[in-house]
Amino acid sequence: MSTRFTRTLRTPAGITVMIGGVVVLLATVFGPVLFGEAATARDIAGRQQGVSLEHPFGTDELGRDLLARVIVATRVSVLLTLGATGISVIGGVLVGIIAAVLPPVARRLVNALIDILLSFPWLLLALFFSVIWGTTATGAMLAVGFAGIPVFGRLVSTLASSVAGSDFVHAARILGSSPLRTSVRHVVPNILPPLLVNTASHASVTLLSFAALSFLGLGVQAPEYDWGRLLNEGARRIYVDPMAAMGPGIAIVLTGVVFSLLGALFSEKRSNRTLRALPRRSRAETRAIPTVPEAAPVVEAVDLRVSFRSEDGGLVERVHGVTLSVAPGEIVGIVGESGSGKSVTAMAAAGLLGPDSLVESDSLVFRGIDMTREPTSVEKRRLALEQAMIFQDPLSSLNPSLTVGRQLREVSEIHGRMSRSAAAARAIEALTLVRIPDAARRLRQLPHEFSGGMRQRAMIAMGLMGTPRLIIADEPTTALDVTVQRQVLRALRDAQRSTGAAILLISHDIALVSGFCDRVVVMRGGRIVEELAADRLDDARHPYTRGLIACVPDMGTDRDKPLPVIDAEPPSGREPGTSASTDPTAEHTEVVA
Amino acid sequence: MSELEFRRVSVTYGHGRTAHVAVESADLVVRPGTTHGLVGESGSGKSTMARIAVGLTPVSGGSILLDGVDITNRAREARLARRRVQMVFQDPFSALDPRMPIGASIAEGLLATGRYYNRIDRESRVHALLDRVHIDPARAGESPSAFSGGQRQRITIARALAAEPAVLIADEITSALDVSVQGVVLNLLRELQQELDLTMLFISHNLAVVRYVSDEVSVMRAGRIVEHGETSAVLAHPADPYTRELLRSVPVMGEPLELEDA
Repeated sequence: MSTRFTRTLRTPAGITVMIGGVVVLLATVFGPVLFGEAATARDIAGRQQGVSLEHPFGTDELGRDLLARVIVATRVSVLLTLGATGISVIGGVLVGIIAAVLPPVARRLVNALIDILLSFPWLLLALFFSVIWGTTATGAMLAVGFAGIPVFGRLVSTLASSVAGSDFVHAARILGSSPLRTSVRHVVPNILPPLLVNTASHASVTLLSFAALSFLGLGVQAPEYDWGRLLNEGARRIYVDPMAAMGPGIAIVLTGVVFSLLGALFSEKRSNRTLRALPRRSRAETRAIPTVPEAAPVVEAVDLRVSFRSEDGGLVERVHGVTLSVAPGEIVGIVGESGSGKSVTAMAAAGLLGPDSLVESDSLVFRGIDMTREPTSVEKRRLALEQAMIFQDPLSSLNPSLTVGRQLREVSEIHGRMSRSAAAARAIEALTLVRIPDAARRLRQLPHEFSGGMRQRAMIAMGLMGTPRLIIADEPTTALDVTVQRQVLRALRDAQRSTGAAILLISHDIALVSGFCDRVVVMRGGRIVEELAADRLDDARHPYTRGLIACVPDMGTDRDKPLPVIDAEPPSGREPGTSASTDPTAEHTEVVA
Repeated sequence: MSELEFRRVSVTYGHGRTAHVAVESADLVVRPGTTHGLVGESGSGKSTMARIAVGLTPVSGGSILLDGVDITNRAREARLARRRVQMVFQDPFSALDPRMPIGASIAEGLLATGRYYNRIDRESRVHALLDRVHIDPARAGESPSAFSGGQRQRITIARALAAEPAVLIADEITSALDVSVQGVVLNLLRELQQELDLTMLFISHNLAVVRYVSDEVSVMRAGRIVEHGETSAVLAHPADPYTRELLRSVPVMGEPLELEDA
């Protein structure tokens, strides 16, 4: 966190904020001491002068140097701004937290009050408050500060109620932690980062509010002055001497920008740079359409390596040289635990990884298409028709606002160049094949009207709309109940039988994979540790595979013995079984660059 | 050793026409010092049973008794008794405050004992608990992000143990974990149960896992308990057709899946 923050500070925006912040701070602390005399020294002879070397912003009607006055005014302006922002934030946090932890009825009342206050423009509230506290600087500070409370109250109550719904707050409640203690110990620390961002940008708005109030004569009163008052005085002769108004204006804008940038800096997320640059093709190559012998593997990857950009900007290799081939019509299962690289391998084989990844290989071919190069338009079409993808969460892979039918037809209409009616007929066929009853009516429904298992079968049906040669199913049943799991697997198998497509099934469940697939590939830490026929699991040689089989309790496990435990991830280059580390889940990665 | 009894409990969410019955007149007894498995699929109401036992969700009917004391009302006696029922959550990532060192999270569990701990006692208790769940006590000052999912789950178990619970409720505690880690957590639970004579309600959708840890089992479906009894008896001779279907759906290592009638 701290190293990341110092890195952020070294960006151009960070340097700007630092310099600006230091300048504002110096002017606030030392301004009145250093320039106080110059700002008050009257020089009637030299009054209302324009810009000169001696007076860069000119002088006012009493001949006082305007630059010095702008610098001296920094203290009042900044302190008032910070004071008002402080009132808004502290008040908002109190109101917001109270609103979030109260019982439902009281919570609704407080929230309604916040809503009502929010509907008044802040200026109106500030005017109202300045009637109460009078038109003094402190009055203006209280007014602007209180006017900001509803804004922060709303923000905090929204943030806090999302934290209040998390399990760790529930756990604290079960343990008997009082609402006050829970708020201070759990809620406030967890809403702090977004709160800081908003505080910084709110400070810049507050600065402007003050300038506006003082400009209107409602804020700081003579003989005190802040930037708003200087602006007010300068504005009277803006046509004669623009610098008199622009000087304080510049100070307001620059300080405001510093506050806003500070907010932007807090919220900054590092952008991912594109890692992949696919080699372009010559025109002759683009025109050549490779012929695919039917017996050739559907996918063939040799020494596949995949890297991602890490937190500190380096490259981290997640898949270290995987060689994998899938024959036509074959059902291959990749088993592994989280971080084993099983999904990444399958996604890379299908050419579906985003630009934040770097895919390298000696060869990566999908039915004659070289996936290491940018696909031609013909190849893109073939890929769209011949690959089908099923993810763990069908709700996020289906568009919630389009009917299932429309999404099913898309492949056939766009890539298969079918007419709409032909595509619709095909969609009914596909949905019927995956055993969704009443297909014609179901196609007119939206994804949320389907149950989880049905959505997953609809995804399979979508794969059937093309001419699939490979169906990649990434943990397709992990989110589903066991009874529903069977229906989805049945649909998957029916799809495979009716099209002759190969299936690449990715799962953490070795029992499931062994029951569904022809061949099992066991992955760990980005490498294939063992490949074997699904019906020959008993012959597994690798200790990891054997551990994976033994550590899962099944309906025959001896209940009086502890479960066998897999040894910790082997450090690079060592065989599993020799490591003495106690952390069985430590992620195993290699830093490349 | 304590006994937890759900007596004809019902839970209804919402009002009027949108009301949804999550649990309907369910009876369940977790006998002292035993582990009771509760199996069911999503939406069956099994997690609601956990939430009502610890007071996160109010019951709409019936009562829950801890050693004969009703813990469902708002009386002081009920509130204190309820703290002796603790829960371990499904997702170890959201169950720990990301901004709190794990030692402080575990120390929070000491609140439930109602006793005052000074700093030295508190630290030694936290260290003992971390040691108990096989995590290096020297790491008490680290934040949750430094730990893997399985380690975090062991930390949340330590937090629950800090409360010196009479009954521990484990709600799907291994379903977010990798299989190798699942074994570690299940072994730990067995160990703790044998040493501390815990009474435990173990909730899971995974029949094989429930079978492994439970002495008795209840099967829940659509808010009702459809079958209950001694684990081996229920699984060997399931009386309810739903239990039979569940049993048939569990994939078995190395055996081709029977899908023809799915």
